[in-house]
Amino acid sequence: MEKRVTFSNTWLAAALILPQMLLVFVFFYWPTGEALYWAFTLERPFGGGNEWVGLYNFEGVFGDPKYWSSVRVSMIFAIAATVLSLVIAVLMALFVDRRLPGHQVYKFTFFLPYALAAPAVGLAFRFIFSPDAGFVSAINQFFPGLWNPALDGFDALLLIILAQAWSLVGYNFIFFLAALQSIPRTMSEAGAMDGAGVMRRMWDLQLPLITPTLFFLIVINITDSFVNSFGIVDITTGGGPARATDLMVYKIYTDGFQGKDYSLAAAQSIVLMVLIVALTFIQFRFIERRVHYT
Amino acid sequence: MAEITLRNVRKSYAKTEVVHGVDLDVAAGEFIVILGPSGCGKSTLLRMVAGLESITEGEIELGGKVVNQLEPRERGCAMVFQNYALYPHMTVGQNIGYSLKIAGVPRAKRDERVGKVAASLGLEDFLDRRPAQLSGGQRQRVAMGRAMIREPKVFLYDEPLSNLDAKLRVAMRIEIRKLHQRLGTTTLFVTHDQVEAMTLADRIVVMNKGVVEQVGSPSEIYRRPETTYVANFIGSPGLNLIAATADPDKGKVTLPDGQQLSYDTKRWPDVGYGPVTAGFRAEAVRLAPGGITGSFEFAEELGSGKLMHCNFSGHTLIAHAFGDRSFQQGEAVSFQIDPSAVHLFDAETGRRLAEADGSAMAPAPRKAIAETLPV
Amino acid sequence: MIERTPVLDFITQTILVLSLVALLMPLWVVFVAASHDYQTVNQVPMPLWPGSHLFENLSAAWAAGNFDRVMLNSVIVAVGVTAGKICIAALSAFSIVYFSYRLRMLLFWLIFITLMLPLEVRIVPTYAVAANALGPFEAILNAIGISIRLPEWNLLNSYSGLILPLVATATGTFLYRQFFMTIPDELAEAAKMDGSGPLRFFFEVLLPLSKTNMAALATIMFVWSWNQYLWPLLIVTDHANYATATMQLQKVVPGPLFGAPPIWNTAMAANLIVLTPPVLVTILLQRWFVRGLISTDK
Repeated sequence: MEKRVTFSNTWLAAALILPQMLLVFVFFYWPTGEALYWAFTLERPFGGGNEWVGLYNFEGVFGDPKYWSSVRVSMIFAIAATVLSLVIAVLMALFVDRRLPGHQVYKFTFFLPYALAAPAVGLAFRFIFSPDAGFVSAINQFFPGLWNPALDGFDALLLIILAQAWSLVGYNFIFFLAALQSIPRTMSEAGAMDGAGVMRRMWDLQLPLITPTLFFLIVINITDSFVNSFGIVDITTGGGPARATDLMVYKIYTDGFQGKDYSLAAAQSIVLMVLIVALTFIQFRFIERRVHYT
Repeated sequence: MAEITLRNVRKSYAKTEVVHGVDLDVAAGEFIVILGPSGCGKSTLLRMVAGLESITEGEIELGGKVVNQLEPRERGCAMVFQNYALYPHMTVGQNIGYSLKIAGVPRAKRDERVGKVAASLGLEDFLDRRPAQLSGGQRQRVAMGRAMIREPKVFLYDEPLSNLDAKLRVAMRIEIRKLHQRLGTTTLFVTHDQVEAMTLADRIVVMNKGVVEQVGSPSEIYRRPETTYVANFIGSPGLNLIAATADPDKGKVTLPDGQQLSYDTKRWPDVGYGPVTAGFRAEAVRLAPGGITGSFEFAEELGSGKLMHCNFSGHTLIAHAFGDRSFQQGEAVSFQIDPSAVHLFDAETGRRLAEADGSAMAPAPRKAIAETLPV
Repeated sequence: MIERTPVLDFITQTILVLSLVALLMPLWVVFVAASHDYQTVNQVPMPLWPGSHLFENLSAAWAAGNFDRVMLNSVIVAVGVTAGKICIAALSAFSIVYFSYRLRMLLFWLIFITLMLPLEVRIVPTYAVAANALGPFEAILNAIGISIRLPEWNLLNSYSGLILPLVATATGTFLYRQFFMTIPDELAEAAKMDGSGPLRFFFEVLLPLSKTNMAALATIMFVWSWNQYLWPLLIVTDHANYATATMQLQKVVPGPLFGAPPIWNTAMAANLIVLTPPVLVTILLQRWFVRGLISTDK
């Protein structure tokens, strides 16, 4: 897409774009480049610059069972939270889109959780699911010790998954609803004339037509679960118990800023960047292309 | 002196040439309509005159000055766009006066001129409204007002009526014509609608695929089409065209099924033996026995008459018939065509064959337009 | 609604009401917990209706979290990021869409790619750059043979450090670009015919038309920057002067899950203080918020 008519004052164009390019350069490209540099070098113990070490840092990362456990936990976290929030959101969007009386109320309230900061969500969930206060602890009165995210890694992981899913449902809902509402009403009417009932139309017409949105949201949700999770984990579990919730971004943070091992953290950053870029690339190249109907 | 001169004007995008060398002289005060189907390069040509599109090759002169390198605002043209391109966040008054504001005309003077222009277009009561609150016809007027206020040397219209409904289109057409009579400003008007072209133009430029097919007055274009393309494009329906073989000795052309049509040998003295394309207007056909015979297919009712589609061994020819007589499908119909109404074109190039000088259909000498218009 | 389906309608409404309750429940719990005294809030299960201690809890949390100062800091950061994004993004999008120059597409992609990698992912190196923001220029100048020492510009513990890296992403540029592309070409042409140059067109036509988009972008950027957590945590060590509101949440709960149980009523009161501004903004400006969400990410 291009404009038919453009202005030709190149100096002005450069001046207009300069502030943005400066910021992007200083805070994006330079750091990213530096992360690459660090990932392949090690700081000399007595100063005097960095030493090229090739894949040494990556070997360190990939040879560390703690890293793989972090990857495994991150995957479970990302996939579970994404699936959970997408399923709930699409159901709600489909039902709200039936436009029964009162549907406007939902439109304006469902997205509220998304407005909350991740640590705020974490704090709320930590209270609700705490083993000795709040609500869920009531289970422990009947089955002592059944629920304790402070000791049980599974409980802790479940807790942050629920918190993440909760904070994303509203966001996904907005997108699904927007996609559903962009389907012409006549499509549903044609379906009804063909004899399809309400549920049938949802399954046969509406769901296929919003698959582009679905795939878009999958990528966004997974990315977000890498990014947003820091606030949740930091407030609720701190990566524990026994690294059961030590997500990748959290591990980078602890290795880099608490352990002061920049090279190790940089190597992990690079792996994470590659992962996210690959995801986005898949979204752009393959999925988007395959599921467009217009 | 010509107000607008185009000399071998070409336009290419990347490697595709879309305008293939256009030459045109427009006299001061003339109303020129550029007519052609969509994608023929007519809008591109107009936008090159406006300065919105760079000129790949050739020269454009306005008022005797080459303007190729000038910015739009330096060319002294005003333009009315197809979708009007009104600034949605400005009132009608601000829209009309915007160019004056940019030129630094003081507010009081500006308001006075905006008031005058608005009054002349019947927009005085709408000056404080936004474009979204106006009807299509009113928006069209605002767009014209915006063009008029600059008192330009040249008006450019880019399909300005195509977004209006049929009735409004006729009304606005008349207004544009009146405006031109009043101001006498040289005008280039682009359209794909031949009725607009016929009714508005002093001269029509018919374009097809980036090439000018013919330049002439509306009646010339209708009565003496230079190419089969123009013949078919102009008129409703277009000229009936059929491949035929000429026999200049008998003064006849033979249709593919063997039937024969006479043509005016005085007018076409140089026709050789062999293939030609013959044509005649549906309006020139009389339904009477003794002409060429085909079989009736169906008729389009026009109210004032009907268009009879008839099959001549695989070719559909159309006659404009009057009277109440109805026909059955397959019924034999005979077309009588006066020899003077038969047009002949080269079978290969589609160009009109050479006619004798001073033949009956040659256009009457035209007065210089500038003299006939009040300035 | 095309046909009558009473049973399905009933099920639909039930599910919707239930999910609404489930979604709003955590917010309600925060509010209720913030309104009880220490004993009541630690009952299992806790009461579902608010108590009478809301204001004393709020003021206790306010004092404990130094909210006088940190709320101001958060407002400064959120407004700074929002204003910076709106201006810088509009200018760069204008340059990319309405000018033709050779590097245009390259620059667009350079900006666009930043959408992919959020700050959290490249946190370590960004932090290092923030310690000396002029470092990159110095390194480049030295590399091309100009030996120069630029003054050190340390962004740690400063508002510029909190704001600038957050402005350096493409969300806004992308939103403006999408919007500019929908503006009919004829409008720019008409402006050209009227004698307007690029800057005049930008300020008198493009910006007035972008009002709604700016509002959407502003809403979403305000909420987004208010909610930033990891970056402020790193860049601020002088907590008394530069801490932001979200950072204080870490203060009101002692460490992760294990360890001493938090004083839940003040913790929830602090949480209420922190989450109220973005929630209010989204409720009051929800039309812009939703619009901004949908158009920034597509």
